[in-house]
Amino acid sequence: MLDEAWTLSPSVALRPEPFGALAYHFGNRKLTFLKRPELVVAVRALGEHPDVRSALVAAGIPATQHAAYAEALAGLARTDMIRPRGEGVAA
Amino acid sequence: MTIAPARPTADRPKTGTLVEQFELGLDAPICLTWELTYACNLECAHCLSSSGRRDPRELTTEQCEAVIDELQRMQVFYVNIGGGEPTIRPDFWHLLQYAVDHQVGVKFSTNGVRLTPERAAFLASPACNGYVDVQISLDGATAEVNDYVRGPRSYDTALTALQNLQDAGFTDAKISVVCTRQNISQLDDFKALADRFGATLRLTRLRPSGRGADVWDELHPLPEQQRELYDWLMAHGEGVLTGDSFFHLAAFGEALPGLNLCGAGRVVCLIDPVGDVYACPFAIHDNFLAGNLLADGGFQRVWQDSDLFADLRSPQTGGACAKCSFYDTCRGGCMAAKFFTGLPLDGPDPECVQGYGEAALAGERTVPAASQDHSKAAPTRNQPVMLTIGQRPDVLAPPSAPPVSACAENPLAGFTP
Ligand code: SF4
Ligand code: SF4
Repeated sequence: MLDEAWTLSPSVALRPEPFGALAYHFGNRKLTFLKRPELVVAVRALGEHPDVRSALVAAGIPATQHAAYAEALAGLARTDMIRPRGEGVAA
Repeated sequence: MTIAPARPTADRPKTGTLVEQFELGLDAPICLTWELTYACNLECAHCLSSSGRRDPRELTTEQCEAVIDELQRMQVFYVNIGGGEPTIRPDFWHLLQYAVDHQVGVKFSTNGVRLTPERAAFLASPACNGYVDVQISLDGATAEVNDYVRGPRSYDTALTALQNLQDAGFTDAKISVVCTRQNISQLDDFKALADRFGATLRLTRLRPSGRGADVWDELHPLPEQQRELYDWLMAHGEGVLTGDSFFHLAAFGEALPGLNLCGAGRVVCLIDPVGDVYACPFAIHDNFLAGNLLADGGFQRVWQDSDLFADLRSPQTGGACAKCSFYDTCRGGCMAAKFFTGLPLDGPDPECVQGYGEAALAGERTVPAASQDHSKAAPTRNQPVMLTIGQRPDVLAPPSAPPVSACAENPLAGFTP
């Protein structure tokens, strides 16, 4: 995943909260919590970077933690909070 | 966004579990219930909001639109609408559309009285964009059990509404059941009923709120029924919604899925028909009144600045529960259930499954007087049998569930942290 291009789903809104953010998907109506502010920054940055890794770097996340963040992102992908940025789904 | 929230955010820990974070409160609620009217066509014996008559101070259409605008700004993504019977407000369908158009999804609870084939078709149409959830209240899987508590013909009304929704192609309606002494034995039947209508079953806890206080002794599940309910939820929990309302049952052993905490004033609250903001839909009492959105500068001001909410978000002690080994998941149970049965808020729940509630109920206590009541002054032909015959022994007819209203308790239903 780290080398792929991803983005926040168009039907998802992020609401800032003291611990991070609440993500709501207007399509499937799932509510998810992003439990770290760094994760929120990274998720917001996804669409503006060529791949996930550079979004994590831009969010100031050290390389040693990239694998853990990739796992958190995979969790978000399972409910379509974020999605791969292929042709036709550009942000 | 406000610049200077009055509540203490400075020393708020950045880490900790979600439950710990939620106990400290959020910038906006996750589970907001909005009761649009106290008027109701029915007179359910256990109505949590003591509804019946419209309050003359009810928010106007314009005031309701302003509330929706504010919820959109606060990013409250959906609201649980109840009452009273919300659909008897003439502007109900307009407000529903207005909310959906402003990115505020709606889950509304109804007894079904206005769910005609035309309305069902509207709900299933692209105009609602899938942002609308419908909960039909039903407190018995048979007319006998349901109508005992909800009133004559209310079972037929609910089933007609479900049929109309299904015929219109509305998918996944909810059948919302308040679990009582009389319907716990019908859990399988409720499930079958839900399957029949392509609906999802939603079970919630009976609380001694509103008129529920008067009938709680007769309606609340017996200790062995709590066990039955717990076992049933463990076996069938998947695919059944609970509003996370049974977290006090966690003390039977394994915690049920969902959030284990009382969200009152932290992630949950209620806006009532006149704009009063309470900590929880089951806590309509002056002690839990945080403010009024007309008088106090809007909902956001009340949510973020009220002294009551600041207090509810400050660290709480477990009191007599603190030494209980199940405190981590049970958290002492439901604040409203304790308050309305006259028990201390930092002690065990009246339905504590470790048995401490019964002991507490047997002791010295004063049940608080209701601070408001919109019940009809004179009973109508819709009055449930339960009330017309006084305190009838349980053997006869079963009562059942809740009022027409609904977010029930814990908000985060259905979502896993
Ligand atoms: S003693 Fe308190 S924490 Fe323990 S099970 Fe009873 S209500 Fe829950
Ligand atoms: S219903 Fe009870 S447990 Fe749930 S939020 Fe209200 S007071 Fe708390």
